[in-house]
Amino acid sequence: MSVWNFSYAALGLLLAPLLPGIVNRTKAVFAGRHGQPLLQTYYDLAKLLRKGAVYSRTTSWVFRLAPAGGLACVIAALLLVPAGDYAAPLAFPGDLILLAYLLGLMRFMTVCAALDTGSSFEGMGASREVQFSALTEPALILGLAALAYATGSFSLSGIFGGVTRPDWLQVGPALVLVAAALLIVFLAENSRIPVDDPNTHLELTMIHEVMILDYSGPDLAFILYGASLKLWLLGALLANIFLPLSGRSGPLQIACLVAGIFVVAVVTGVIESVMARLSLLKVPQLLVGAAAMSVLGFVLMLRYAL
Amino acid sequence: MTLIITALAIWLATGALCLAFSKRPRLVQAIGPAGAVLGSLPALFAAGCALFCGSTGALQLPWSLPGANFVIGMDAISAFFTLPIVSICALAAIYGREYLRPYEGRKALGVSWCMFNLLSASMLLVVLARNGVLFLLAWEAMSLSSFFLVMFEGEKPEVRRAGWTYLVATHIGAAFLLVLFVLLGRPTGSLDFDGFGQIAGTPALASLAFVLAVVGFGTKAGFMPLHVWLPEAHPAAPSHVSAVMSGVMIKTGIYGLLRTLLWLGPPPLWWGYLLVGIGVVSGVLGILFALAQHDLKRLLAYCSVENVGVIAIGLGIGLIGLGSHHPLPAALGLAGALLHVVNHAIFKSLLFMGAGSVLHATGSRELDQLGGLLKSMPSTGATFMAGAAAISGLPPFNGFVSEFLIYFAAFGLLGAAGIPVVLAALAAIVSLALIGGLAAACFTKAFGTIFLGEARSSQAEHAHEAGPGMRAPQILLAALCLAIGVTAPFAIGVLKPVVKQLAGATDLGDWTGAAALPLAVVACAGVGLLALFCLLIALRAMLPARRMTTAAGTWDCGYIAPTPRMQYTASSFSDPLTRFFGPLLGIRRKFAGPRGFFPDRASHSTETPDMSRERIYKPAFIAIERAMAKFQWIQHGRLNLYILYIVLTLLALLTWKLGRP
Repeated sequence: MSVWNFSYAALGLLLAPLLPGIVNRTKAVFAGRHGQPLLQTYYDLAKLLRKGAVYSRTTSWVFRLAPAGGLACVIAALLLVPAGDYAAPLAFPGDLILLAYLLGLMRFMTVCAALDTGSSFEGMGASREVQFSALTEPALILGLAALAYATGSFSLSGIFGGVTRPDWLQVGPALVLVAAALLIVFLAENSRIPVDDPNTHLELTMIHEVMILDYSGPDLAFILYGASLKLWLLGALLANIFLPLSGRSGPLQIACLVAGIFVVAVVTGVIESVMARLSLLKVPQLLVGAAAMSVLGFVLMLRYAL
Repeated sequence: MTLIITALAIWLATGALCLAFSKRPRLVQAIGPAGAVLGSLPALFAAGCALFCGSTGALQLPWSLPGANFVIGMDAISAFFTLPIVSICALAAIYGREYLRPYEGRKALGVSWCMFNLLSASMLLVVLARNGVLFLLAWEAMSLSSFFLVMFEGEKPEVRRAGWTYLVATHIGAAFLLVLFVLLGRPTGSLDFDGFGQIAGTPALASLAFVLAVVGFGTKAGFMPLHVWLPEAHPAAPSHVSAVMSGVMIKTGIYGLLRTLLWLGPPPLWWGYLLVGIGVVSGVLGILFALAQHDLKRLLAYCSVENVGVIAIGLGIGLIGLGSHHPLPAALGLAGALLHVVNHAIFKSLLFMGAGSVLHATGSRELDQLGGLLKSMPSTGATFMAGAAAISGLPPFNGFVSEFLIYFAAFGLLGAAGIPVVLAALAAIVSLALIGGLAAACFTKAFGTIFLGEARSSQAEHAHEAGPGMRAPQILLAALCLAIGVTAPFAIGVLKPVVKQLAGATDLGDWTGAAALPLAVVACAGVGLLALFCLLIALRAMLPARRMTTAAGTWDCGYIAPTPRMQYTASSFSDPLTRFFGPLLGIRRKFAGPRGFFPDRASHSTETPDMSRERIYKPAFIAIERAMAKFQWIQHGRLNLYILYIVLTLLALLTWKLGRP
């Protein structure tokens, strides 16, 4: 356990709010706009933390405690994510299950908070969120199971330390399938196009944004920060698959992985620029497709990795 | 063993006293629950001693029934199942005392409490019996006493229908058990459990016995498609009885299956595949049907089917591990299943008690009639939320620990040789993930529509918090959910002797050592999560702007007059998912939209009848009835002909007997 083990999580806490900025800047470049500053999320957070909050009379303690609970979950999950050779601070066999379920707990609280407002719009968002996440979770766990099978490890740190260049040469196609599935999971979990649109202000079509419609002030800041951290967390998983850096020096690995996450953010921006949001009825098909890709990747590994 | 006899004696004696004083409801309300609690104490102590200090024992009393022996024994498995049975019975009795108060003088409470104590005694006897006849008698006493408890409100037609379904289902299951015990007792000619192990010598018979046990005990446990009685009986019973039935009585089915496995020798692989298959079907379909319900107790009943499915997946993975010589996954799968037995007992009884309090306060089990109860019932709401998170398998609660162990076991099998084993493990992983997501959807729906938002009806608006006698057991159970979640490594120590006994001759190695690290981190992560949460709350409170809060109405998107009836309902919340899985559910929609130029009324309702009842049992029973109708010519109602039949039969038997050498 060295300082590098903690550096990735610490960098995440610091740099995560940069990711929405990168996504937005990419989209602005595509649209030929100037776009908001890269650091806009930091400004938003600073401003929101200074503001007061408005609470609906319908809400209860569930609504007030949910943002802190969600943020606690995602910070705990961040401690499970490794960086190349450097095991995560909380690495243990089975941590990938804990990761998936911590995200589940975060969602549980957000959904309860949304239902607490008694608004039908937020109920609608909550209903969609649980539908899509019920389908995303198998895709995520299957994708990680395929990687666990390929590397013979049941810990995220072991898995991503185990994905090496020879693996890419040997079971490359299977890894591509799994990575594609995880990319879809990344987009769905972070409420990005083509599953959800973070920019729309039509309550009827939103999922995540509509669930947090009633939050304001510091609570909204907690939620925004939590969402950035989630972007970082799942982006880090993707970066870890694509960058088999095993054996390189510590600073180089960390620097490459951070750059990798930024690339994932740019890719997200590109996807958001070139695609429209899918119709809500099509989203489950995409998510089941992701699960199917994971299974296919698994089967390919079963065939070739032995 | 003296303790056990004391417990049984207290239960039976107070049960008899309740019957004797049934004209005086106040007295019965004192004797019944007091007896239930007092009786459970010595049994709890005995089980605790057996499990923690390893003090096992057996007792034989004289009994003059042919083939029967009154033998009871306490070993690790019995002790492990005794713990939840007696604790949940005691807590449910405390809860039930207050729950039944409105019925004082209106209902035969003496009979109800007598049956409750009889149910506790017979469940204890089921897990301790060491003789086939004694076991079956206790089993039957358990079924009948719970039947009478279900029929508490027998004047309602739906309760009578539910009771009837339960009675039929449980006896079909018992018929399989009868055959099972005859089969097991055949080699030695005795129905004592000691000799049952001989069947392991003939694998074909052992497999037959396994299938009989899966059907017979599976009917009680609620394996799909044998579960039909659960969604009928659990909503019909009074809530404290539902808590006992769903929390622990269905687990006697799991106990029976485990006990049978002890006799059958090393399991072949297909037993494991069968259990994983049953588990996947029960788990996924159970939670989908739960999602489609709008009656709270029916939802919880289907959710029991799901949890029994999770237990079956764990057992199946354990058996596959044993069969394919992977000791670690075997131990972890069995341990996960066993821990889930206890966990489900805790959170399911908690949730049924919560449902009972809601019913008590509002008079309604319909989710779409409720809402906003967290404000009027803060304690019930908070404990229900803990139960909902626990049953969805979320950390830091106990449901996560047992599901984690099963996941861990399944991931361990991924590295195994043999494609079928890997595929079974993969199926277990996928379905656990799917079940996790769907359970979260189901319980955010239940908790959200009942306790959050605004009241949807006037009953919900004028709800009141339940009394201390109903709140205390729920608080205790919710605390247990959290306690097991954050002391996970300790739980493994308790499971060790039980898993060892189940593994039989197989050496499992140091599996607790292998599981200790992950569970320790899981427990630490749970504690850390709570600490982090408190830290963030404190940070939030220290912000300069903490006092600048304004109260306003919920953002209504510009609409001026929203009403509580415009909130999202339970049905609309789960509609996308139930539509997506529609082909599996067979939901019936009745929709009459507004018509014409001057539309006056419109209606929409959905109903989800049980698939296996509609598609399997109904056609099967109709077919049997048709086949039987062909023999109607034998029956004409003339007595002399019937006597002739008897004489002919006797003659035939006599000639057959004489004809044999």
